[in-house]
Parts: sequence; C-alpha cells; structure tokens
Amino acid sequence: MSTAIATLTGHKDRVWNVAWNPKGTILTSCGSDHSIRLWSKEGDAWVCKTVLSEAHTRTVRSVAWSPSGSTLASASFDATVNIWDCREENIECVATLEGHENEVKSVAWAASGALLATCSRDKSVWVWEVAEDDEYECVSCLPSHSQDVKKVVFHPTADILASASYDNTVKLYREECDDWSVFCTLSGHESTVWSISFDSSGHRLASVSDDRTVKVWQEYLPGNKEGVATPEGAPVWKCVCTLSGFHQRAIYDVSWCSLTGAIATSCGDDCIRIFKEQPNSDPNAPVFDLLLTIQQAHAEDVNSVTWNPTVVGLLASASDDGTIKLWDFSHIF
Amino acid sequence: MRIGDKLENLNPQVFAEADQRKENPSDWDDAVRDPFDGREVFDLIRSIRDPEHPLTLEQLNVVSEEQCEVDDAGNHVKVLFTPTIPHCSMASLIGLSVRLKLLHTLPCRFKVDVVITPGSHASEAAINKQLADKERVAAAFENPDLLSVVNKCIAPRPLAASVG
Repeated sequence: MSTAIATLTGHKDRVWNVAWNPKGTILTSCGSDHSIRLWSKEGDAWVCKTVLSEAHTRTVRSVAWSPSGSTLASASFDATVNIWDCREENIECVATLEGHENEVKSVAWAASGALLATCSRDKSVWVWEVAEDDEYECVSCLPSHSQDVKKVVFHPTADILASASYDNTVKLYREECDDWSVFCTLSGHESTVWSISFDSSGHRLASVSDDRTVKVWQEYLPGNKEGVATPEGAPVWKCVCTLSGFHQRAIYDVSWCSLTGAIATSCGDDCIRIFKEQPNSDPNAPVFDLLLTIQQAHAEDVNSVTWNPTVVGLLASASDDGTIKLWDFSHIF
Repeated sequence: MRIGDKLENLNPQVFAEADQRKENPSDWDDAVRDPFDGREVFDLIRSIRDPEHPLTLEQLNVVSEEQCEVDDAGNHVKVLFTPTIPHCSMASLIGLSVRLKLLHTLPCRFKVDVVITPGSHASEAAINKQLADKERVAAAFENPDLLSVVNKCIAPRPLAASVG
C-alpha cells in the first residue's frame, strides 16, 4: 500500500514535526510558518481543529504532549518553549520557558509528567521540573555535547533522558544525588545524529543519522549474563545492529512503535521505511528486516514520522513539501 | 558586513567570463523537454557576488561550469565551489548564497549539495557539514542580518551599458 489514507494540507511552509496525543486521537504538527496545528478525525476525514499561530516568532521545530494529554509543549527557533493548556476547547499558552541562547530544537516529557527536557543549538540540554499551577523550574543545565543538540527523548518508564547531537553522539543522563549527569555516551555514527527512539521496554534505543544509517543500541545492566563490564555500577549501552545501504540521504527521524515493535524512518530521499526484528533473532546481535519502503512518500524530504500510540499500524509523516500524511500499515503486522 | 578595514584577499585573480551558451534549434521547440544541465545551474549562480569584492563568483573562479554537476533524471545537483584562499572566512557565506539562490530557482524535486572543492580550504569538513545541515541553514536564513548580507550577494546588478 503506497498511498496515504489522508493528506493534510494547511501549513504554509515546511512541516518539521508531528506528534500524537497519548490517546492517539489528536495529531499535532508544527513548522516554518511559525504555527502549530491540531488535527482530529471528524467522521471519515481528518480536519484541522485548531491553529496556534501567534505565540512563536520563528519556526516551531518540535511539539510534545504530556503523558496526561492535558498539556502540549512547543519548541521554537525563537529560543523559547511554550506550554499550552489543552484541557478546554480554547487552547491557551500558560507558560513560556526561556533561557536557551538560541534555537530550541526539541522538547520531551518524562513518563511521570513531572519533568520536561529541552535542547538547543547552544549545545545544552535543560531539565525542567513541573510544579503546580503551570510553574516550570529549570533544575539542570547540561552542556555535555560539543555541538548543536538535535533531539531529546525520555525513557518510556524511568527518569532517564537521551539526547542526540551534531557532534555525532547520543548521550544518556540520569539523576544521581539530586543532580543530572551523563552516564553513557553512544559513539559510532559518522555524522550528525538527528533522532532517537526507545523501544517499548526502554532497554533498546534506535538512532538515525546524517551518515544514512540506523543504529540499534542495547542496555546492559550491572550483573548482566553476557558478561559486559559495567564500570561504576552504571548501565552500559552497546550498538547491537547497524542498518546501512537502505537510505540514500540523511535520515531525519525514527519512531519505534510500542504496539508492534516496528521501526519507521523518514529520510531526505523522500521515502518512509519500515523495519522489524526477525522473530528468532539473537538478542545480542538482532537482525532487522526491511519490511517496506514507500518511495516518494512525499514530494520532498520527510522530516518526521510517528506511530499512533493506540491504533496499530497508523503512522503520521511530515515533509518539506508542507503536507502531513497518514498511513495505514496494519496489514503488514 | 565589515568590508571596512582589511580585505582578506587584496589582489584576487580575476578570470574571464564564459561565453553565451550555444543555442540549438530544439531549444525553442516547446514540445522538446530540455533537461537541466551543469551550464543551466552555472548560469544561475555565476553572477552571485563575492561578499568582499565587487566581482562575481565566476570572475573569481569560485564557481565554474565544470563544477556544477547535474543528474536531471536522478534529481540531484552538486555544486563545488573554490574559495579564493585556503583560510577564506567568507567561505560559509558564499556557500549559503549559492544554496539560497538555488533554493529560489531550482524545482523542489532536486536534492542539492553545495560543497567546497576538496583540498581548497582549511576548514572544509566543518563548513561542508554546516552547509549540508538543512536545519542550520534554515535557521541561518531566519536571521535578518545574515539574510540581508546573503541577499546583497545574490541581488542582480543593475545592467551595465555593455550588456550584449
């Protein structure tokens, strides 16, 4: 099936990111036209319900929903992150997080909903604590990368944070004695790491890069049976699989489905690809098969892909061509 | 842009301009599709002006027709540019100007790579990486000061009397 089930138009410039709310009923998109759009299904059609266009003065690069589904965060090149209260029909901006020196590239919520992370071209990752009444307090500024930080994601259950950077590495952070710090650096990519995604267990992480490869990293805890050394009692992450030769240009985003275990990638060659681990793979050297390549998924670079958290096989993608597409891949599972 | 105190390259070598493109009768036939070629891309970028001197990239041999590689069927364009001196601090700016000009003029089906001619610049890996990062390039173009400098390099010159 290489035709989309829906094409959503409305953005006036490239769309950078798409994100589903936790219930999977609302798709949020953002882009270079400085706006955020919320789309939901009305009958058989997907309709744009809300356009938030006044709050950011430059490109909106990324949007993320809190686990409760009541709050949306948006990160912008204008160096701010806006927090939106989505409980009512009328969505309002209730807080603006300032502090980064330049473009904010990504924002992510912890599973508990009590923490938020942001990252920027200023090379730092900031961790914010969410207090009541829309109060956000920065509890840590982590200047750990040596270059522009492209993406932050939280572990699906624990308070572990991962960041991907122009410096070709991924870093993992955790809180120890009231302070956040890096406990592991994943090196191996030969160019900018654009995006990362944990699997549903949180023991594996997929990373995609400008070097046109996908890498799968696995966690080895202290006392692991494989005999992997874990210095200082910290978990160690190793690259257990590299998928190369499939993508023709930089890979901008990856989404690891929590329902099916499938990995979707969005690439600068206009294609979307779906990979899945072979059923009897060696857990320490897993083999991933390319299940499907959608050629010309969009007319230009595909910047973002995200699996719906509740509907199996439903994928959203966003592109430089200004459109968002919805795909139904349920038949391949 | 500080074109004030000291130019980096005081005496740049100036090159002769290329001739007009040789015409073909089929060029005027609407039924015949003319594929993009290196000459067409070169024609788009040759008169971009250098940030420091009142000379074009063609006159400074920063760009040339041979260094514009076009794969029309494969939707790929690669432009190599040669900064006049190995420590040229304008190299990023020149790369951005070429990128912006091609962004405005080429059909969006093309994937464009703008790269420093290998061996011609001390920081070519770093600059190539920046020019290849479309997020960085997009953010740079949102900076009004930088955009105005780039636009000045791209803006067409008022026609001189000797146009022929």
